[in-house]
Amino acid sequence: MAERSFFQKLKRGLFMTHTEVIEKVKEAFTPELGVDQGVVDALEEGLLGADVGAELTGEIIGKLEGRIRDKKISDMDELARVVKEETRALIPQHVMQTIDTTKAKPFVILVVGVNGTGKTTTIAKLATRWKNEGKSVLLGAADTFRAAAIEQLQMWADRAGVPMVKHKTGSDPAAVAHDTVAAAKSRGVDVAIIDTAGRLHNKSHLMQELAKVHRVIDKELPGAPHETILVIDGTTGQNGVSQAKAFLEAAKVTGLVVTKLDGTAKGGVILSIMRHFNIPVKFVGVGEGADDLIPFDPNDFVDGLFDAD
Amino acid sequence: MFDNLQDKMDRVFKSLRGEAVLNEWHIDSALKEIRVALLEADVHFKVVKEFTAKVRERAVGQDVLTAFSPAQQVTKIVRDELQELLGGSQVALAVVGTPAVVMMTGLQGSGKTTTSGKLALHLKSRGKKPLLVPCDVYRPAAIDQLRIVARETKTPFYEIGELRDPIRIAQDALKEARTMLHDVVILDTAGRLHIDETLMAELQRIKSEVRPSEILFVADAMTGQDAVKSAREFDERLGITGIVLTKLDGDARGGAALSIKSVVNKPVKLVGMGEKYADLELFYPDRMAQRILGMGDMLSLIEKVEAEVDRKEAERLASRVAKDKFTLEDLRAQLQQVKKLGPMSQVMKMLPGLGAQKIRDEDVDETAIVRMQAILDSMTRKEREYPQILNGARKKRIARGSGRSVQEINQLLKQYLAMKKMMKSFSKGLGPRKLAKFAKGLPPDLLR
Repeated sequence: MAERSFFQKLKRGLFMTHTEVIEKVKEAFTPELGVDQGVVDALEEGLLGADVGAELTGEIIGKLEGRIRDKKISDMDELARVVKEETRALIPQHVMQTIDTTKAKPFVILVVGVNGTGKTTTIAKLATRWKNEGKSVLLGAADTFRAAAIEQLQMWADRAGVPMVKHKTGSDPAAVAHDTVAAAKSRGVDVAIIDTAGRLHNKSHLMQELAKVHRVIDKELPGAPHETILVIDGTTGQNGVSQAKAFLEAAKVTGLVVTKLDGTAKGGVILSIMRHFNIPVKFVGVGEGADDLIPFDPNDFVDGLFDAD
Repeated sequence: MFDNLQDKMDRVFKSLRGEAVLNEWHIDSALKEIRVALLEADVHFKVVKEFTAKVRERAVGQDVLTAFSPAQQVTKIVRDELQELLGGSQVALAVVGTPAVVMMTGLQGSGKTTTSGKLALHLKSRGKKPLLVPCDVYRPAAIDQLRIVARETKTPFYEIGELRDPIRIAQDALKEARTMLHDVVILDTAGRLHIDETLMAELQRIKSEVRPSEILFVADAMTGQDAVKSAREFDERLGITGIVLTKLDGDARGGAALSIKSVVNKPVKLVGMGEKYADLELFYPDRMAQRILGMGDMLSLIEKVEAEVDRKEAERLASRVAKDKFTLEDLRAQLQQVKKLGPMSQVMKMLPGLGAQKIRDEDVDETAIVRMQAILDSMTRKEREYPQILNGARKKRIARGSGRSVQEINQLLKQYLAMKKMMKSFSKGLGPRKLAKFAKGLPPDLLR
């Protein structure tokens, strides 16, 4: 599977809009005046518009102003470099980690998130990816709540040609998770991926249900789930921070997948999430195709926040 | 994570005492706080800019009113402006035509299918006969999902058979609706990105073929700055007629509502408030304004209290409180009422000053009420009417009877006295400020 770079893929979707930040800054920038308030304001708006959030934007701009004062920055390229540097510095170093499924067998992944972020589609893409790498994959349909969620995952499982463990709609998701892990053990599969129902993170009974799913998996296979992936919708604003906090507490999230970055949203809130909770982003979703789930690259992500090309 | 806006503003205005008019410096400091609050609520930065400029214009030079604190005064201007921006009044759904066509549109995962079911139920409760039509032929199992939603809401569902062209599906469903005398057709279209040329053109074709009286843009309340771009694009291509804001039962402040409203200037008509099909509500701009500002959802709480609490019982309690005759017997009756309101965490969240961010479900021990009740149930009627007779021996007996400790009984008595005191001052006038103070003053162990 030839993998287009993160950046190429992002560009496809972001081309129309990512020009905005830099264009605006260019408009405000004149070589004679250097970096003045207009330029800084334009950068600030660019960051806010990318969902970076008021707090973090203030911090980046503050650092930038400090550096402008210390060392006269007189050209656009230098300015762009400095801003990117400051933004990049916000991402913890270890975030490039991808998912190493060889660490355990079966390697169990639990997928969680609020409603409508793209959990099921993400699972389909992950399953296809590992299947294509020659691994045996098993899916667990533990979203027993939403209408036709099981059917949806089944269709993906059929397309990817991987087996799936399911119960009836309305049954206990922990039981499905248990059976998936048990089946993964007895069949000797490499990777088991368990889907869960979307749930709003402020509903304590639903979060407790999720905590139970996590516990049951750990009981059936100590140390599992080896990864708990929180799927964040790339169009999400500052609420993403609150989501991450709640899912981290209930299900010990180990990584993020950010979806829907092929639109005009830039997903800046993940900067705050990575910062606050030190959770790495594993993959980003940049399209509907099975190969449109690509490893996260912090440098490319930051470039994407600012650059047109 | 975020301070309550009102608290921040109180701090800003502390130095204002004694001045006759709101001066620019104070207003600018206040507006800085408001700007951050709006940005943290995900209101688009351009909208924030315009908005704060407008508030500034209105606030500068206003006389400092004696009835309000300056902070309240500016907050009021902010709230009024917000409310106006969000839409002064409610706009009803346009269900016109034989049959009327309602088209559900939006990005992937915004909640179109679930909302279609909720809308069907909503229309049925108003005597309509809706038909649910699956126009999402792309997402796996989307058709199955709507079929199940239709079954669960007991709404007729249009079976598409072998058809896979959304435009044909819409046309045929309309014919079927006419013969079967359905008066509303709800088209559940596929989620799509606003930059997807092919799929946006498809929506335009559906629109021109079936002439909907309502084209609803379904938007996720958690959306960030991008809400503006997607809503604008859908509106330019389709001419949307209204907005449905979903997942408002989460803790997002919902600034997207303001962004969308101010960019496309179409009314928010409905909001999704829960996972049940009945959880679709009308949109109240006043409540949304308060929510965005993090001022709590006072009105919702008051309404909820009114709907759930037995009015006569409440009046009886109120008069007992006023006469300073609030006994443990009354507390017991009151606990029953509180339980009817639903989880304590939800009730507390609606109170201003506590704010959605401050109270998490796990902060509220729902079993506390159950424990209190057990203790009260183990008392004799006389003990509840005259708590002063509770001595050591009585407390020991109650502890045994309720399975709680004597310390817990003492704690409850302390809470009761504190409550009695607060309720007395509370009953002398019911303003939001008092209520917030009341909520803040509640013994923390009532929550823990």
